[in-house]
Amino acid sequence: MTKIDAKIPEGPLAQKWTNYKNNQKLVNPSNKRRIDVIVVGTGLAGASAAASMAEMGFKVKSFTIQDSPRRAHSIAAQGGINAAKNYPNDGDSVYRLFYDTIKGGDYRAREGNVYRLAEVSNSIIDQCVAQGVPFAREYGGSLDNRSFGGAQVSRTFYARGQTGQQLLLGAYQALMRQVNEGNVDLHTRTELVEIVKVDGKARGIITRDLVTGKLERHFGHAVVLATGGYGNTFFLSTNAMGSNSSAAWKAYQNGAFMANPDYVQIHPTCIPVHGEFQSKLTLMSESLRNDGRIWVPNKKEDAEAIRAGKLKPTAIAEEDRDYYLERRYPAFGNLVPRDVASRAAKERCDAGYGVGATGLAVYLDFKDAIERLGKDAIKARYGNLFQMYEKIVDENPYETPMMIYPAIHYTMGGLWVDYELQTNIPGLFCLGEANFSDHGANRLGASALMQGLADGYFVLPFTIQNYLADDIRTPRMSTDLPEFEEKENKVKERFEKLMAIKGERSVDHIHKDLGHVMWDFVGMARNKEGLEKALKRIVEIKKEFWTNVRIPGNVEGMNSELEKANRLADFLEMGELMARDALNREESCGGHFREEYQTKEGEALRRDDEFAYVSCWEYKGEDKEPVMHKEVLKFEYVELKQRNYK
Amino acid sequence: MEKNINIKLKVWRQEGPKVKGRFETYQVNNISVDSSFLEMIDVLNEQIITEGKEPVAFDHDCREGICGMCSMYINGHPHGPDEDITTCQLHMRKFKDGETITIEPWRSAGFPVIKDLIVNRKAFDQIIAAGGYVSVGTGGVPDANAIAIPKEDADEAMDAASCIGCGACVAACKNGSAMLFVSAKVSQLSLLPQGKVERARRARRMVAKMDELGFGNCTNTGACEVECPKGVSITNIARMNREYLMAKFKD
Repeated sequence: MTKIDAKIPEGPLAQKWTNYKNNQKLVNPSNKRRIDVIVVGTGLAGASAAASMAEMGFKVKSFTIQDSPRRAHSIAAQGGINAAKNYPNDGDSVYRLFYDTIKGGDYRAREGNVYRLAEVSNSIIDQCVAQGVPFAREYGGSLDNRSFGGAQVSRTFYARGQTGQQLLLGAYQALMRQVNEGNVDLHTRTELVEIVKVDGKARGIITRDLVTGKLERHFGHAVVLATGGYGNTFFLSTNAMGSNSSAAWKAYQNGAFMANPDYVQIHPTCIPVHGEFQSKLTLMSESLRNDGRIWVPNKKEDAEAIRAGKLKPTAIAEEDRDYYLERRYPAFGNLVPRDVASRAAKERCDAGYGVGATGLAVYLDFKDAIERLGKDAIKARYGNLFQMYEKIVDENPYETPMMIYPAIHYTMGGLWVDYELQTNIPGLFCLGEANFSDHGANRLGASALMQGLADGYFVLPFTIQNYLADDIRTPRMSTDLPEFEEKENKVKERFEKLMAIKGERSVDHIHKDLGHVMWDFVGMARNKEGLEKALKRIVEIKKEFWTNVRIPGNVEGMNSELEKANRLADFLEMGELMARDALNREESCGGHFREEYQTKEGEALRRDDEFAYVSCWEYKGEDKEPVMHKEVLKFEYVELKQRNYK
Repeated sequence: MEKNINIKLKVWRQEGPKVKGRFETYQVNNISVDSSFLEMIDVLNEQIITEGKEPVAFDHDCREGICGMCSMYINGHPHGPDEDITTCQLHMRKFKDGETITIEPWRSAGFPVIKDLIVNRKAFDQIIAAGGYVSVGTGGVPDANAIAIPKEDADEAMDAASCIGCGACVAACKNGSAMLFVSAKVSQLSLLPQGKVERARRARRMVAKMDELGFGNCTNTGACEVECPKGVSITNIARMNREYLMAKFKD
């Protein structure tokens, strides 16, 4: 059996990262110039890693499918970024951020990784301020903080409701500075379509130019993937339309393990689905739960009248409202973690108390906050979110409560990486949402930005040197090597095969079929029967895709339908693996809720004795069942408990 | 309660950068007024694909108004008739049943058409690369609270920083000027102590790059501010002119 070694450094928890850095190998400045590093993706993780490594002297090749690195989906993160600064003096510490993250992840993440994340979090804030990120400030000129779910302290730094945008622009500007200095070779509108291995090590990639359709070969001494999550497997999600799992899937097909693919985050506060034509879901930031109160009517007849359009929410008296999160979880109230809030909303709607035309919505109400703080204060905090809501729903949230419902938002699972962020393919690294490492089975709000930037600014630039130090005598390889040739031919065949299908149904049509199966059976509540059904259905949809998809146009030139089809082919495989993993994990934890395993109160029931492990899936070939390896999680510093937010 | 409308679309089709483009007319029926403009385009494309033809190529990604990717010129306005939004946030309830809607790409010397409604905006990246940053490497920076920044300055910097780099300002300008975009970045960084150190160098380099890339001059028509989906103010242009003048005095 394959041994899984996470390479967690020796020593006490708080010393591990220091010990690692003290003992790791480094690459000296004159050798750095002779080493090429490929970084795929220019979101927070990719841009920060590419910029940092280029500043150090490595020759970096950066790739993005967008027309500019600044468009990466990190830009859409709204609420904030966590750090253990303890500026508000409310009891925060590195240990507490570590503990909250481990607990929030339902004890399914590595202690060593998470502690390091908490440890470097403070440097991220310092770095971003130095770059000119305009974080919100107090009148005295110091930085302001707010609270997010799963924490009892205010540790979230923010730039209005556009924190992701501002952090990404900081990283993007750092990257463009290196482009200007000639240290980064930037390729926009370019998509990774294969990974090239030479002697078992990742040594390059094959890309497709999305404007010309041309395939290109690129060599790198190491390859870094920072390509985001696979939430769009569900078709409808809060992810951008172009977000996809294909780069990670290529890594998987080349032998990298896919870890915990069933851990998907369903965000509780999104604008509800309104029709079949809908193309994506819009998130309303978790920060809104600082001031908004979530409720449904406590009388079924009121809920029914609202659904029929006969009653307005503002007409419901205080005593007829059920603030169910405050009722069920008095200690955390509206700020329980996302998985808990999402399930509670589903529970109320399933029980017949949901609102909106479909009954699949709950209220997020700012009435009390506006009374307490005034409309201007609320506008200053959330103005852009309120505007966004009004443009989409055509209702004014200052006057009537917002309607929200859970939606697919983030994927905790991803490529397996060790402490050095290296996959099990030597030389292939993975950062940010694309890896599985830090959030366990549920990610806390404002932690994605933290992890992306931690990986890119402060972890990878160190750990990759430990690998590259052994490569200083490896000359740049020619892309005429048979390994490159073979992969390029494979890609050509795949695109020709796709173009040759010439079926009847559009890519989106088939993607929606997959999305329905995923949402119904691999969504917020899962069970054995449903997952088995999903596995069957996905095989059928795959067949439908490969025999009946219609892709107009040519393989040459710009062809967005071909791009989408190529990605959907991988989503179909990803969806199957997610269902398989969810079926295997016979427990409930975080975002993974198996109906068979719940407490009497309907909370997630973990089974630590059997499932305290990372499931690492190994690809065995097309139409062959993958093999699962276990990385057993050892908890030395934290006691495993049922999560309690009451 | 849902209302549906029928519309006629006049869409710019252009197969490639060097090919001559033309308008094509399409009829799209039964569009829910609750759908977004881009969802309506999705429906149009579904229809075109069913007919076995090539769908309309258009840039889009986040569909929540922040990535800056979508870029349509709708009925004579970048991002369409509604205020303070991007095309992806525009909803069909803003249009009437039976209306004809004209859709074009951004038209400007700085943004050549790639295909249909997609243009090349690399110039914006090049302008940022020329100096749109604080020259600080990773690590070795002071504590985030070491330098107090007045809330007003931080807020004003944030107003400027909210630019999404979509290029609507250039598309709206009869001169094809990129002044609003460039000045937003110059302003953000010159308002903050971290950016003040190299403010002269930054203004000089970004303006030089902008001129080099073929963007036009600013003649204060103010169209950019009106059409900016994020409400970035032309006071930024005034500030940049001051910065630039100061830089020139130093020379």
